Amino acid sequence: MTVGSAAEVKDQAYKNALVELLYQLADDDFITAYRGSEWLGLAPHIEEDVAFSSINQDTMGHAAMFYRLLEDLGEGEMNSLAHARGSEERRNAIILEEVNGSGTYLVEPNYDWAFAVVRNYFYAQAKKVKIDSLKNSSYQPLADAAVKVNMELYYHLLHWKTWFSQLMNAGGEARKRMMDAVDKTAADFAGVLSLGDKGEEIAKAGLIEGGDMLMVRWKNAVKPIFESCNLPVPELEMKRGNGRNKVHTPDLDQAIGTLSEVYNSDPAAAW
Amino acid sequence: MIPLTEKNELIVNILQQVKDPEIDSVSIVELGMVEKAGFQEGKATVRLLPTFMGCPALEIIKGNVEKVLLADSHIHETDVDFLFSPPWTSDRVSEAGREKLKEFGIAPPPERLEDDGGWKVNCPYCDSPYTTMENIFGPTACRSILYCKQCKNPFEAMKPISTIM
Repeated sequence: MTVGSAAEVKDQAYKNALVELLYQLADDDFITAYRGSEWLGLAPHIEEDVAFSSINQDTMGHAAMFYRLLEDLGEGEMNSLAHARGSEERRNAIILEEVNGSGTYLVEPNYDWAFAVVRNYFYAQAKKVKIDSLKNSSYQPLADAAVKVNMELYYHLLHWKTWFSQLMNAGGEARKRMMDAVDKTAADFAGVLSLGDKGEEIAKAGLIEGGDMLMVRWKNAVKPIFESCNLPVPELEMKRGNGRNKVHTPDLDQAIGTLSEVYNSDPAAAW
Repeated sequence: MIPLTEKNELIVNILQQVKDPEIDSVSIVELGMVEKAGFQEGKATVRLLPTFMGCPALEIIKGNVEKVLLADSHIHETDVDFLFSPPWTSDRVSEAGREKLKEFGIAPPPERLEDDGGWKVNCPYCDSPYTTMENIFGPTACRSILYCKQCKNPFEAMKPISTIM
């Protein structure tokens, strides 16, 4: 069964599953792009500043497109979906909302580049696994969007894979910090591949493959990279809970408070 | 239903006036961004393909399209929107578009990818093939930064974007 457009979505159970998945995809990209944007001007060198900003811009564009698909389904206006929803409504994975490090963008930003590289590499690979699956989604607008996202994601994955391998194989402090970052990221990364409590309905509706299958595909994809770095693929866990079920940490409140400050000052303004 | 590939000549000619806001030598028609250009009873319907989804110039382009259309005495109403499908790919840039990109100092997107996913372009200034990639990510989402070892100029190239990626 293929559903060609928002107007053709008649079945309520199907719509619920679709909306749930779209919120997960949109909120993941949105918070990832936001955390990435906090690195602007702080990346290790100027070329990376340009590259990381470009990736964040693409990722924010993907989030905007997923919010647009939600808007088409009657969920509300896309800008308000992005800015005006509190943490109790968000479905992003917990590891993606985590702060970049101690301090803030303006005051002593002691951000950890190793964590940025590991989190973004893991995320780009997880997104690639999902996008490949979404190309066969039963919801045609989502399958079409996946084809478009895939072409941009190609460059993101290449970028983070390169950083990951080079820092891991550099030895010394770089490798140690990278391994610490892998442990930290793996402890909550299962949340990115989870589809949450409604996962079964989402998979049954043919919208995307189930979470278990996504996990297998992710592990298969990162295995050669870990092997080339003489490392075992880490076990992924969800130590702090599942963001898909709206479980979050204070880090998300902090992020939403900052990123929605301007929007909330005048929600009707055209920027 | 009006086929999506419809290209009304009057509308396409008008859209030639709309340039990329950041590359003012090349039009959105030459960049292959116009998927549909329909015209019926004073109403122009245009469907555009975004090059990159997060491109901040998209809203500016949409506004400029509406402005030039309404400036034409035959057009009283516009319906302009972006489509995700078919996806824009870099092989949609026309021959004229490729030449105009070069005039601006930007190498047109390479026509093929190497087996390893890498790609090569000639320098837009001296046409030398001896160029190196400095940064896949450039000042805008659709461009990369390269360097010519022959004439020693840094330059930009449009990134190849293809469905085979």
